[in-house]
Amino acid sequence: MTPILEVQSVNKRFGGLKALDDVNLTVMEGTVHAIIGPNGAGKSTLLNCFVGRLVPDTGTVTFAGQSLIGKKPHEINQAGVSRVFQTPEIFEDLTVLENVMIPALAQRDGAFRLHGWHPLSREAEIRDKAERALADVAMADRRNMPSGSLSRGDKRRLEMAMCLVQEPRLLLLDEPTAGMARADTNATIDLLKRIGSERNITKVVIEHDMHVVFSLADRISVLAQGHVIVEDAPENIKGNAKVQEAYLGGAHL
Amino acid sequence: MNTKTSDTLLLIVFSIAVLAGPVILAPFGAGYPDLLQKFAIYGIFAIGFNILFGLTGYLSFGHAAFLGVGSYAAVWMFKLLSMNIIPAVIFSVIVAGLFSLVIGFISLRRSGIYFSILTLAFAQMCYNLAYSVLTPITNGETGLQITLSDPRILDAAAEGQAPASNLFGLDMISTWETSLAGMTLQFNMGFYVCALILILSFWISMRLFRSPFGMMLKAVKSNQNRMSYTGLDTKPYTLAAFVISGMFAGLAGGLLAAMDPLAGAERMQWTASGEVVLMTILGGAGTLLGPVLGAGLIKYFENIFSAINDSTLHGVFAFLPDGLNNAVSAVLGLFVGEGWHLTLGLIFMLIVTFLPGGLIEGAQRIGRLFTSRSKADPQSGEAQSRPAPAE
Ligand SMILES: Nc1ncnc2c1ncn2[C@@H]1O[C@H](COP(=O)(O)OP(=O)(O)O)[C@@H](O)[C@H]1O
Ligand SMILES: [Mg+2]
Repeated sequence: MTPILEVQSVNKRFGGLKALDDVNLTVMEGTVHAIIGPNGAGKSTLLNCFVGRLVPDTGTVTFAGQSLIGKKPHEINQAGVSRVFQTPEIFEDLTVLENVMIPALAQRDGAFRLHGWHPLSREAEIRDKAERALADVAMADRRNMPSGSLSRGDKRRLEMAMCLVQEPRLLLLDEPTAGMARADTNATIDLLKRIGSERNITKVVIEHDMHVVFSLADRISVLAQGHVIVEDAPENIKGNAKVQEAYLGGAHL
Repeated sequence: MNTKTSDTLLLIVFSIAVLAGPVILAPFGAGYPDLLQKFAIYGIFAIGFNILFGLTGYLSFGHAAFLGVGSYAAVWMFKLLSMNIIPAVIFSVIVAGLFSLVIGFISLRRSGIYFSILTLAFAQMCYNLAYSVLTPITNGETGLQITLSDPRILDAAAEGQAPASNLFGLDMISTWETSLAGMTLQFNMGFYVCALILILSFWISMRLFRSPFGMMLKAVKSNQNRMSYTGLDTKPYTLAAFVISGMFAGLAGGLLAAMDPLAGAERMQWTASGEVVLMTILGGAGTLLGPVLGAGLIKYFENIFSAINDSTLHGVFAFLPDGLNNAVSAVLGLFVGEGWHLTLGLIFMLIVTFLPGGLIEGAQRIGRLFTSRSKADPQSGEAQSRPAPAE
């Protein structure tokens, strides 16, 4: 197995707050790497450093051999990294299908193309691809709805389709099942497992739901107060005293 | 009916309505060449503005600068090259395109209100420069005009006669008159040139709206964050929209000069920039037809309302007792003539308050009243979520 994402000695301060404190992390290609930890531990901040929303104060982030530091968000995405955000980021004024066609076009045409003359209706391939991605998240029947009117859980599934349609090499998921009903959570687990085996997408998942974490993860990093306190296989994390301490003040996971 | 069919239908109906303009508008007292030309030219201006504002949401307060630049460029072509309008109009589009590339590149470093203020500042700068250091090019307050002594390399002017702008010999000012049911109909060469270019502009804007590029511009308006995390560079998209709309403004400015070969700095004033904003919002920003309707409505009111004066009002209310006539005329007098801007302001307030989507939203609401009665099938839920074809 080869590492696809390597994080070395990343530090990030917000004023007096040390949000990331010497974080080291290696994600192997084709695996699911879960990041868990209490609220405010710095999990989302870490993902922000991967996608170019934040630049670490010090340290390096390397994806597939190239440094991501200083790269713009669209360049990082074009390199093969897609992200589902903690609060859904979709194009609320556009229809569900259009939301998925845009990332598909971005993947095919690059960061900019002045394709102003041919009708969108001729993009049959892009449309089919988008429809398949919507079918993957069981939203094909809602393709013509304005996406702003979707429920929060559906927005998140739409965002997942928007990422999947790009066939990324690395998929970052920030609490993908938060606020979902049990049935939807299980459907999401199934989906993530399925695309894992079919398409060899490496995934980094931030998640609070331990059921999700333990059904998906090959490896788990535990973050507390900006620091990775443990990184290990799931079976070793469950009984780890340090984790229980950080997480629940000693209660069992 | 799919989008393509309804678009074709819309384009055909639009073309017929525009070409029949002199007949349709004659009963409203708006069928004379000067006003018809303005309808078409400001329609083009608003169509272009809508590509920037309607699709990306970037509100430029300086687009009149490109209109003015286009006019100057066209008049210079008339002076130096030929009275044929083709090189003049092409040159105005190119010059306005270059100007908007520079101004857009700088202004688009900011968004929201800061972008609007930057564009406003640039436009005012152009306006002031035209009056001061650039007088050799703009001829300052007098305005740029054609004269007998202009070089005009390609066509030697007839002796002692101010030449008319033309299209391969067809003069823009030539008009064929006829009468129908007691009305005089005026078919003017210049109007038909503008009308054809308006139809062409409408078609171009329709293609842009329905293209992947158009969808990207809507995405800019909707969520720029998501766009960049989706691998799209928002900068070139907004800049392209800015330059395209600047070129449309230059085209409009060039046509203004082609209809009447002179150019003055007042065309670049901020009120002119504000006017195209009003036209677009009044008609319906982000819709295909709205901006043209808004432009027509505003130019109509400007010409009709501002022509009404006190004595007209007194004439209309002559049936009232003298005192009452005076009072009514005095009150209404505030809204006409010089005061027509007051009327415009009131209409604008009413529309923005009750029909935020502009005239097009009004038309859609009326349309829905009829269709919702005739078909109450369950499928219409899906059909309604798509933008109505009449946009
Ligand atoms: N842009 C920011 N500016 C200032 N403080 C921030 C910013 N983003 C996150 N923080 C702080 O950093 C800490 C870690 O936040 P975050 O990464 O969102 O935690 P979580 O692990 O819950 O995702 C929190 O204390 C949060 O308030
Ligand atoms: Mg978080």
